[in-house]
Amino acid sequence: MNKIWWKILAAVLVIYSTIAGLLLGVPRLAILNETIRNLYFHVPMWFAMIVLFSISVFYSIKNLNSQNETDDLKAVESANVGIIFGLLGLVTGAVWAKFTWGQFWSFDPKQNFAAISILLYCAYLILRNAIEEEQKRAKISAIYNIFAFPMMVVLLFVLPRLQDSLHPGNGGNPGFNSYDLDSRMRMVFYPACLGWILIGYWIYTIKFRIRNLQNQAQQF
Amino acid sequence: MQLAQQVKHLVKKEFVLEWRSKYALNGVLLYVVSTVFVCYLSFKVVDKLTWNALFWIIMLFASINAIAKSFLQESKGRQLYIYTLASPVAVIIAKTIYNSILMMLISIIAFAFYSLVFKPEADIDILMYFTATVLGSLSFSTVFTMVSAIASKAGNGGMLMAILSFPVIIPVLIVLIKLTKNAVDGLDRSVSLDEIGLMLVVNVLVVTVSLLLFPYLWRD
Repeated sequence: MNKIWWKILAAVLVIYSTIAGLLLGVPRLAILNETIRNLYFHVPMWFAMIVLFSISVFYSIKNLNSQNETDDLKAVESANVGIIFGLLGLVTGAVWAKFTWGQFWSFDPKQNFAAISILLYCAYLILRNAIEEEQKRAKISAIYNIFAFPMMVVLLFVLPRLQDSLHPGNGGNPGFNSYDLDSRMRMVFYPACLGWILIGYWIYTIKFRIRNLQNQAQQF
Repeated sequence: MQLAQQVKHLVKKEFVLEWRSKYALNGVLLYVVSTVFVCYLSFKVVDKLTWNALFWIIMLFASINAIAKSFLQESKGRQLYIYTLASPVAVIIAKTIYNSILMMLISIIAFAFYSLVFKPEADIDILMYFTATVLGSLSFSTVFTMVSAIASKAGNGGMLMAILSFPVIIPVLIVLIKLTKNAVDGLDRSVSLDEIGLMLVVNVLVVTVSLLLFPYLWRD
C-alpha cells in the first residue's frame, strides 16, 4: 500500500461524508431528529477501531513466529491509533446520548463495555511500559494482545446483546439498518466507513514510520 | 499418553507442595473470613442486591490473591527445572486444574461462611447459586492462571496482575453477577441457561487461547 491513490480516496471520502452528512436530507424520526446524522461520524470510528485492533493482533501473531522488531512496532502503533478511534467513538456517542438520552454517560451496557474494551488496550500499553528488555517486551505484550482480542470481541459483540440497552440495534430499539437507513443515508454512510477506516490506516502507517525512524536514529 | 501422565504428575506436585505448607488455602481462607467479618461489622444488614455483589467482590480479590502466587511464587530455577522435564502445555493444564480445584474449595467454604454471617433471603435458589459459584471459580482460575503467567514473566508482581486481569475478568463478572442475581431472586432455572452457556463458552475460549499462547510465553 505504498501508492498514493488510497490516501487521496480516504481524504475525498471523509470530506464528502462530512459535507454530505451535514447537508443531505435524512429521514425525520421522533426523538432522533437531526441527531441521526451522528451515524456518519460515530459508527465509522468503531469500524476503524476494530480494523486497527485486528491489524494489531495480526502483527502480534506474526511477531510471535518471526521475533521481528518491526512487527512489534506495527502491533503497538495500530493499537495506539485504535485506542484514539475508540475514544473518539465514545465521545461522539456521548454527545449523541446527551441529546437523545438526556445525559452524556448513562451507564448503558454498550457504553460500559466499550469503555472496558478501551481499558483492556490501556492495560496492554501499561504492560509494555512495565518491561524494559525489548525482545521480552515484544513477546509478552504480543501474547497479552492476542489474549485480549477475543475478550474484546465478547465485550463488544456478545455481552451487549444479553442485556437491555438503549443503544440503537439493541433490546428492541430500532437499528439504523432496519428501516430508517434509507438509500439517501446509505450513500453517505458506506463511503464514511471506508473513508475513516482508510484514514485510520494512514495515521497508523505514519506513526509506524516515525517510530521506525526514531529507533534507527537511536541505534546510530 | 505422555501429556496426561505429565499433567497428572504436575498436579500431584502442586498438591503436595500445597499440602506441605498449606499457605495458599489457609492464607486465602483467613483473608476471606476476615473480609467477611469486616463487611459484617460495617454493613450489619444488607439487601439482596448488595448481598450478591459483596460476595463476588470478596471472591474476586480472594481469587486474585490465591492465583497470583501460582507463577509468581515459583523461583526461576524451579520453573526452568520443570520446563526441562515437562511440555509447556502440560504445565499450563496442570496449573489451571490445580487452581480450579483450589478455587472451588475456597469458594465453597467462603460461600458457607458468608451465608452464615449474612443470612441469605428465604427464596434463594441455593442449588443454582452453588452451580454459579463453582462456574465462577472455574472462570476466575482459567483467566487468572494465564494472566499470572504473563505477569510473572513481566517480572513485576502484584500490581501488573491486577491491571492486566481486571479488564479481562469484568465481562465474566458481569455475567456471573447476573446469573447469581437470577438465583437470589429465585427465578426459574431456564432463565439462566443463556448465562451458563456464555460462561462455558468464555471458559473454553480462554483455555484454548492459553493453550495456544503459553508455549510461546515460557521460552526465554
